[in-house]
Amino acid sequence: MRLKSEKWLNILLVSPSIIAVLIFVYGFILWSVRVSLSQWKGLMPDYTWAGLQNYRDLFNDPRFHIDIRNTIIFTTLFVGGCLVIGIFLAILLDQGLRGETFFRNLFLFPMAISFIVTGVVWRWLMNPALGGRISGFNLLFDSLGLDFLINRWYTVPNWGMAAIALPAIWQMSGYTMALYLGGLRAIPESLREAARMDGANEWQIYTNIIFPLLRPITLSALIILGHISLKVFDLIVAVAGKQLPLDVPAIYMWQTTFDGNFYGRGAAIGILLLLSVAILVVPYIRYTTRTETEQ
Amino acid sequence: MRATVMQRKNWLYLPLLAMTIFYLIPLFIMLNTGFKSFAEIDLKTMWQLPREFSTDNFAAAYRALAPHLWNSVKLVIPAALISSALGSLNGYVLAKWKFPGADIIFPVILFGMFIPYQSILIPLVSFMDQIGLYGSLGGLILTHVIYGIPITTLTFRNYYATIPGELIEAAKIDGATMLGVYRHILLPISIPAFVVVLIWQFTAAWNDFLFAVVLTNNANWPITVALNNMAGSQIIAWNVQMAGSFLAALPTLLVYVLLGRYFLRGLMSGALKG
Repeated sequence: MRLKSEKWLNILLVSPSIIAVLIFVYGFILWSVRVSLSQWKGLMPDYTWAGLQNYRDLFNDPRFHIDIRNTIIFTTLFVGGCLVIGIFLAILLDQGLRGETFFRNLFLFPMAISFIVTGVVWRWLMNPALGGRISGFNLLFDSLGLDFLINRWYTVPNWGMAAIALPAIWQMSGYTMALYLGGLRAIPESLREAARMDGANEWQIYTNIIFPLLRPITLSALIILGHISLKVFDLIVAVAGKQLPLDVPAIYMWQTTFDGNFYGRGAAIGILLLLSVAILVVPYIRYTTRTETEQ
Repeated sequence: MRATVMQRKNWLYLPLLAMTIFYLIPLFIMLNTGFKSFAEIDLKTMWQLPREFSTDNFAAAYRALAPHLWNSVKLVIPAALISSALGSLNGYVLAKWKFPGADIIFPVILFGMFIPYQSILIPLVSFMDQIGLYGSLGGLILTHVIYGIPITTLTFRNYYATIPGELIEAAKIDGATMLGVYRHILLPISIPAFVVVLIWQFTAAWNDFLFAVVLTNNANWPITVALNNMAGSQIIAWNVQMAGSFLAALPTLLVYVLLGRYFLRGLMSGALKG
C-alpha cells in the first residue's frame, strides 16, 4: 500500500521537470516545424500552409550555400585542430612530468570564458589591417621577422572562416586534452608493461595498443565538438559582427528571423540545424545509455 | 638511472611551454592593455608592457558595464540554484526509484541538452511574450532553469547511481519514506555534486549570449550582450573593450581558479560518462 503511494510521489516529483522539458524542447520543436511550413513573414503570426516552400527556397539560396561551405570549413579545422592538439597534449602530460597539474589547469582555463569574451579579444589579435595600421598578431610577426605569416585573417576572401577556427581551437582544445587524458589514465599500466616485455617499442605501444583503446574517446570528442561547431554563433558575432563572408546557419537564422521578420524561413533553418545535430547526437545518446544498462 | 630518464624527458617541456604561451596570449593582451594609461594606448605598441601602471581602462569599462554585470549576477544566482535543486530531485528519482518508463524518459530528457536552440527560439520568444516575461530577466532565468534541467539531472543521476542501494534499503526497512531517504541520506552527501552542478550552471548562464540577446531588452542585458555591443561600437576604444572583456571573464575565471577540480568534473559529466 505504502509502496504504491510512494510510486505516485516519485512521478509527482519528477513530473514538473519532465513536463517542462517535453513542452520547451519537444513541444517547441513541433511548433517550430509548423512555423517552418508556414508563410509567416512580418510581425504578425501567419500560419498559412506553405508546404516545404521555405526549405526549397533555402536550398536555392546562395546565402545558405555560403553558410554550408563555411560550416564545413569551420567544422573540419576546429574539430581536427582540437583532436590533434588534444591528444598531443594529453600524451605529453601522461609522461609523468613535474608540473603536470599546473599545465593541465592552464590549458583548460579558456573553457571557463565565454565565446563573446574570447571573440572580442581575438578580434584585436587577428586585426586584419596591413601596412601602417598593422597590429595584433601581424605586428608580432613583423617584429619577430616572421613576415611570411602576416595575413588578413578573417577577411581573407573565401577562407576567412578558417581564421575563426583559431579562437575556437584555443577555447576547446584543452577540453579535448582532458577527455583524452581521462582515457589514457584508464589504460592499465600492466598492458604497456606486457607489451614492453614482448619487445614493443614506445611508438608501437601507442599505435597498436593505446590509440585503438582511445577510439571511444575520439568518438565522444568528435560528437561533442561536432555539435558545438554546427551551432557556432556567438564567437563569430563577437569577432566579426554579421558579415556575409562569415555567415553560418545560426547567424542567418537569427538575422532573418529577428531583424528581417522572415519567421518561416528562420524556423526552417532552425529545424535543419536540429536535424544535422540529431544525426550526430541521437545514436550517441542511444549508445551511451544502452551500454550503461548492460553494465 | 632516474636522472637520465628525467633528462631524456626534459625536452618535453619545450612543446608544453609553447602551448602555454598560446593559451596565455589572450589573457596577457587583456591585462597588458587594461593596465596601461590612456596616454600609452596605441595599437602599434600593444605588445609592449605598460610604462606606468594605471587602472583607467578598468574604471571606464566598469562605468559602462556595471549595470549589466549586476544583471548577470541577478540572473545567474537563481538560475543556478533552481536548476540544481530540480536536477537533484530528478536524479534521485531516476537513479533510485525506477518507475516504469524511467529508462525511456532519461534519454528523452538528455537530448534537450544537445539541441541547437535556434530550433526552439521562435516559439520561446512567442511564449515569453504571451506570458508577459519577454524582455525581462525573469524570462531569461526561467529559460536557463528549464534548458538546464537535462545536464543537472544527468550529473545528479550519475552521482546517486554510485551510492549503494543497500544504504537506501536499510533506511527503508527502518521506516524512512522516499523523501526521508532523500533528506537524511542523500542530501547530506550531495554537496560535491551540488558544487559541480552549481559551478556548471553558473558558468553556462554567465557565458550565455544567444538566449540573452533574443529575450532581454537593453536595460536587462546581461554582460555578454553588453560587451558584444561595446565591441561593435565605434565610440568605445579597444583598450576599454579589453578591460571590459576581463571584467566579464573575471567571475567565471575566479570560480575556475578556486574550484577548478569541480569544474573539471562538470565538464566530464557533459561528455555523458559520469
